[in-house]
Amino acid sequence: MLRKTLHISTSPHINSGKSTEQIMKNVVWALLPVVFFSIYSFGLNALLVIATATFASVLTEHVLCKLSKKKTTVGDYSAVITGLLLGLTLPPSFPLWMAFIGGIIGIALGKYIFGGLGYNVFNPALVARAVLQAAFPVAITTWHPAFLTDRFSTVASSVFTWPFMEPKFDVISGATPLSAFKFDGVTTSTVELALGQISGSAGETSAVIIILGGLYLIARNMMNWRIPAAVLLSAFVLSGALFLINSEIYPSPWFMLFSGGLMLGAVFMATDMVSSPITPLGLWVYGGIIGILTIVIRVWGGLSEGVMYSILLANAISPHIDSVIKNRVYGTKRKMKAA
Amino acid sequence: MMSLFNLHKDSFKHGIHPPESKDDTSGLPIRQFPFAPVIILPMAQHIGTPSEIVVREGQEVQRGQLLAKANGYVSVSMHAPVSGKVCKIANVPTISGKMSLGIYLEAFPFSTQEVLEGNPIDPDTATPEEILQGIQDAGIVGLGGAAFPTHVKLKIPEGKTCETLIINGVECEPYLTTDHRVMLEQENDIFTGIKYLLKATGAKKAIIGIEANKQDAADHLSKHMPKGLPIAVKVLPVKYPQGAEKMLITSILGKEIPSGKLPIEAGAVVVNVATTAEIGRLLPHGRGIQERVITITGPGVKKKGNYLIPVGTPLRYVLEQVGVDQEISEVYMGGPMMGMAVSNLDISIVKGTSGILVFTKKDVDRSTTIYPCIKCGACVDACPILLNPSKLGILAKFEAYDEMASDYNLMDCFECGSCTYVCPSHIPLVQYFRSAKRIVRKREADKKEKVHA
Repeated sequence: MLRKTLHISTSPHINSGKSTEQIMKNVVWALLPVVFFSIYSFGLNALLVIATATFASVLTEHVLCKLSKKKTTVGDYSAVITGLLLGLTLPPSFPLWMAFIGGIIGIALGKYIFGGLGYNVFNPALVARAVLQAAFPVAITTWHPAFLTDRFSTVASSVFTWPFMEPKFDVISGATPLSAFKFDGVTTSTVELALGQISGSAGETSAVIIILGGLYLIARNMMNWRIPAAVLLSAFVLSGALFLINSEIYPSPWFMLFSGGLMLGAVFMATDMVSSPITPLGLWVYGGIIGILTIVIRVWGGLSEGVMYSILLANAISPHIDSVIKNRVYGTKRKMKAA
Repeated sequence: MMSLFNLHKDSFKHGIHPPESKDDTSGLPIRQFPFAPVIILPMAQHIGTPSEIVVREGQEVQRGQLLAKANGYVSVSMHAPVSGKVCKIANVPTISGKMSLGIYLEAFPFSTQEVLEGNPIDPDTATPEEILQGIQDAGIVGLGGAAFPTHVKLKIPEGKTCETLIINGVECEPYLTTDHRVMLEQENDIFTGIKYLLKATGAKKAIIGIEANKQDAADHLSKHMPKGLPIAVKVLPVKYPQGAEKMLITSILGKEIPSGKLPIEAGAVVVNVATTAEIGRLLPHGRGIQERVITITGPGVKKKGNYLIPVGTPLRYVLEQVGVDQEISEVYMGGPMMGMAVSNLDISIVKGTSGILVFTKKDVDRSTTIYPCIKCGACVDACPILLNPSKLGILAKFEAYDEMASDYNLMDCFECGSCTYVCPSHIPLVQYFRSAKRIVRKREADKKEKVHA
């Protein structure tokens, strides 16, 4: 006679086999080419800065989990993403001690304080960068030239600045394409921008590689294509309109799309699932806000770059977007209700 | 991402594509299952009031004889699945864990097992009321799994008209192939059943909805279609949960059923294809249901197949006959998406059992960690009712059940499980919603009671 102790569980009894950890891992895979290109163009400097930021993020996550007597959550790879993204937004010759502090801030103030993975209001990497920008305004706007011949053998002296000491920058490149345009009125060709033969933050140089990473994630259904589409489209439309009005003052929309951190921001930072809305229409609105704000800050603001603040602002209103824009439920009329 | 491709007109929005896992049994013809030595028939095996027993202990009954009559409108009759002796009337276990009054029927080993006939109903001369009565008397309930009394569903409310009769041959649950085999092997019963149903509902036409993974069934039905009946076969793209009434109506008619309303609002009545075949087979002879087709499959089953099994056959007997793996861990009645796990092998096959699925230890992964919701939106893209399961899940965690119902349409959820299926954080969303719905219903009932008191 058949005698068996059976387990019981509630339906559904099968699942798609996807996991959060797997999504995070894939984001890391998609970021790695960007990291490698950054190291290729900026040499050891970029390697050290990115590695330090990532190490600090992962270490902070681990220590905070241990301090609050929880199982460590470094295995979900989200801290790695925060660290890599932070490293990619920093200038390649950024002092390592500052990058380390950035890593700590990103995880501690950007994520853990809100309750960890899934609860952060802002993109943790951008929180860290905003704090660094406020604390070290000179270091974070001092750019290092790309493709120096000795980039794989020497390290900029600023990188190894003692903690809490003023860094000394030995090789300073003139400007990023955006600041060159903003303050000197010089434009860079789109081809150079797309291929990354320019100076800038470690990861904001090759648009082509960033787009490829994004396409990989979209193809694997691990990134919502609407966000980068909305960001880039709105930025393109607004800057295109301005360019048509007066091409003497305003740069071409292609320049706007491929310069600065817009591509990295649109593809890898605005798409942080936790801090973006959830409904399709909400995503379009959110992306649209980022694209428009970026152009507004770039064109009329005091800063040459506006992606970071645009994304942070859009993160802040993203919960409100979700409470105002809801899906129309099957069998009902469209429901718009402020919570 | 999916919505890019969802512009397809012949389907509802969203939904998921779980592996179909039907190849093991879809090619296997229906085979008669042997009679168990003792058949155990619970009286509560349909939605509504349990049937009322009309036989006594010790009485000898013939196969097809009435054992219990409908107790009220939302109830049906029950017939003897086997010739034998009523050896005991007592409480019997059911899948829900509750006990139900039931009949123990000892089969006569050497009986010819001929089926008793009753009053035949002629589809050409019978009135709609007579057909509905015949369906109730035959003990027919939704064989797709819901087990809702079919005659109640077919009764068109005052002031409404039924334009379209939709025959549900979608069978979107993975693993199950019963409806597929019924469509391939019982076409004449299906067409006769449709004739009764058209008459009973007053519908002008019938549309048989079949998913594209059963193209052979669609071709077979089209080929054998009798002349003069207004029946069309519609092949639909494969997508879960297309077999759900609301989704099927939207796929076929392009209309939505207003929240909280019945299919008749769209001028439609939906009947499962196996139920239709059963009506077509039983009513011309005035017989009652004695058996049904069940797919027995899953990695833990040795002799997988589609079997015609007498209602009331104990599950233990069924599994012993087909043989199961040493490592069986979970057994489900129904499909893997909405089927119920069995806690006790002493329960019986009932009219609503469309499949028996056996999973072994290695098929059931219990080690997965539940991560916090990362708001990836996979559930939002999956929900066929277009709810926001992510938000609902967070509210459920805070036990904000009233807000779930009032602001986020919790009560429209029909528990298809697509959200849980896709969730990368493995959050038991539909499980939360099931309990939340129960709590909301209870609160509402309590409120009403207070008003009346």
